[in-house]
Amino acid sequence: MNTCTCAPELKEKEKQDGLKELKEFIKDYKPLHDNQGALMTVLHKVQEIFGYIPREAMDVVSEKLSVPTAHIYGMATFYNFFSLKPKAKYQIYVCKGTACYVAGGSRLLERMQEELKIKLGDVTPDGLFGLSITRCLGCCGLSPVVQINEEVFVRLVPEKIPGILEKFRKQEKKVK
Amino acid sequence: MYKMVEAKINGITVEVKEGTTVMEAAKKVQIKIPTLCKHPDLPPSAACGLCIVKVKGSNKMLRACCTPLEDKMEITTNDPDIVEVRKTVLELILSNHPNDCLKCGRNGNCELQSMASDFGIREDVFRKFLRDIPIDSTTGTIVLEPPKCILCGRCIEVCQNMQNVWALSFLERGLDTRISPAGDIKLSESPCVKCGQCSAHCPTGAIFEKDDTQLVWDALKNQDKYCVIQIAPAVRVAIGEAFGVVGKNLTKKLYALFRRLGFKAVFDTNFGADVTIMEEASEFAERLIHKKGELPLITSCCPSWVDFMEKFHSDMINHFSTCKSPHEIVGTLSKTYYAKKNGIDPAKIYMVSIMPCTSKKYEITRSDEMFASGFQDIDVAITTRELARMIKQAGIDFMNLPDEEADSLLGDYTGAGVIFGATGGVMEAALRTAYNFITGKELEDVNFVKTRGLEFIKEAEIDINGTKIKIAVAHGLSHVEEVLDRVRQAKKEGREIPYHFIEVMACPGGCVGGGGQPYNVTDSLRLKRAAAIYQDDKDKAIRCSHNNPYVQKLYKDFLGKPLGEQAHKLCHTEYKARPIYIR
Repeated sequence: MNTCTCAPELKEKEKQDGLKELKEFIKDYKPLHDNQGALMTVLHKVQEIFGYIPREAMDVVSEKLSVPTAHIYGMATFYNFFSLKPKAKYQIYVCKGTACYVAGGSRLLERMQEELKIKLGDVTPDGLFGLSITRCLGCCGLSPVVQINEEVFVRLVPEKIPGILEKFRKQEKKVK
Repeated sequence: MYKMVEAKINGITVEVKEGTTVMEAAKKVQIKIPTLCKHPDLPPSAACGLCIVKVKGSNKMLRACCTPLEDKMEITTNDPDIVEVRKTVLELILSNHPNDCLKCGRNGNCELQSMASDFGIREDVFRKFLRDIPIDSTTGTIVLEPPKCILCGRCIEVCQNMQNVWALSFLERGLDTRISPAGDIKLSESPCVKCGQCSAHCPTGAIFEKDDTQLVWDALKNQDKYCVIQIAPAVRVAIGEAFGVVGKNLTKKLYALFRRLGFKAVFDTNFGADVTIMEEASEFAERLIHKKGELPLITSCCPSWVDFMEKFHSDMINHFSTCKSPHEIVGTLSKTYYAKKNGIDPAKIYMVSIMPCTSKKYEITRSDEMFASGFQDIDVAITTRELARMIKQAGIDFMNLPDEEADSLLGDYTGAGVIFGATGGVMEAALRTAYNFITGKELEDVNFVKTRGLEFIKEAEIDINGTKIKIAVAHGLSHVEEVLDRVRQAKKEGREIPYHFIEVMACPGGCVGGGGQPYNVTDSLRLKRAAAIYQDDKDKAIRCSHNNPYVQKLYKDFLGKPLGEQAHKLCHTEYKARPIYIR
């Protein structure tokens, strides 16, 4: 069903370190109400640590919070923010909320697919960029908008896209 | 005291307890509001949207299933506007439903199909959007066909809350929403215990029992096979529902039916139940008097319960009765004792079990002991629903058949054998015989009414020779763990054990409410089925298993003593932990 290409899996060492960090987090986390309520926050933490929600982490969450795995899976697949597969280093969210759609959001999406040579939902082979859509980022007055990781690009036109992507590629080279 | 509210539904005054929903209140004044998601067993999920009604003063239509009736409310449940909206809702539901009714497991008794018929749906108004999700038949007991799912949520509620199994959940959202085990794994790899309650509650053909009827027809056609059959206690009081009769015991018509279908010998699972009691009561007496083995003893004739225990409560293995379930015992005996007595080659015997249960399909190959006769003891298990289809295919006027008797040796049963079909029945039957085994005396009154009824956890104390025997009866898997936790806690703290004997049935109501029984079950229907079973018990001259002359003959001629070597080899089984991911 899902034919997306994914970013590389985490190495075993990284995964084990991540699970350790997760256990520490749960131990210190005092839920406001009950464990069911804590689940959302904990899953956000999992997404933050691993970049996605690996099965091993779900098992830890299920055990530590006494929440059935089936429930965790339902939640992790319900919310767009969570991903069951490794996400790219830079995740691109093209807004397809009503305002952005009307203002030409789908042209942005087309150009992104051309530039990155991937389809919606996929990740570039180097694991650098992932392409997804989002529903309304809450700044319709600035439509159309695209969010890349934490950075938001407003009143965007397709012509600006190559430059933006290049900026992230350069940034990546610098880090290396 | 409850506060009462008074309101008008379609101009008719209705007075109900505060908190009663509009749908329930309407029912009181003979008004039916259509629904595809609300089931009498389950809380409302407000998923389908068919039950919308008009409330005076509200500018939108409200869902009757989850709207509490308020004082002085004026409700309209039916007018041209409402019908039009309902029809649109139905057309939207149908827009992603494959129209393959003719080949569907629910053809003829599908709630969606009959709703479409009621509303006169004649065309696909909306563009079809079909979901491409593979069929899952990996458990060999129930089949999951997600493209036919209307997302009502009944199976999820049943699996998660009623049974506390958590095999199924909704994954994804919007158009992609689907029922699935966590992580899109196969049902056979999930915590599923095959109880089939999801299939009994599903309004459509999205979950249904695996149909094995062709295996039976093939065997009956095969000249080399010697086909024999047995029926479980709960089947005889429910099969009539497929023919419009409720709460009637049709045992003798079933015997006649099986002969007409071509079975060479007709047995009864109730006989096996009598043998189970001989073994289980002996086991209880051994553990109680001679301290051989742990107490509480926990019954094990429900295969979903066994699966649940092996997956999630394997620390309780030592408490489990090692005794096989009644139909397995009849299966083993048919291919050993019966074959020998009648000079039949056991390799040719083909044993069919008619069960109220989807899980029995799993049980027949569960472990090596299910092959104790040297062959697969039960060749095929089919549910009450499958039997109803077979009867209709065979063109037999079932309800007007003359009464017949079962074949002797494995057919005659006592009142204790038949009550296995209702929650508390195994406990009651076991106590009747255990009393005799421990005291050497017969009970004056064999009725243990405290074990009967639909209360989820029933407790009682029985005096046997000055010892107070404490028992518990639990049904519906979500209630079982409460009882187990009490035992665990007492053991951990070194306190006296809270119970000596526990009966567990996975399905609410016991086997009468089994996952393979006719559709549309409610508590009132469960009680009617159980009442017919208790009536059968009451009508029997012999009501204790150990007094069944054919059981006595079986032990004398063949099995030896209860718990003896031969009995152990043929009538007992083993358990092992089958760990699975945490629910």
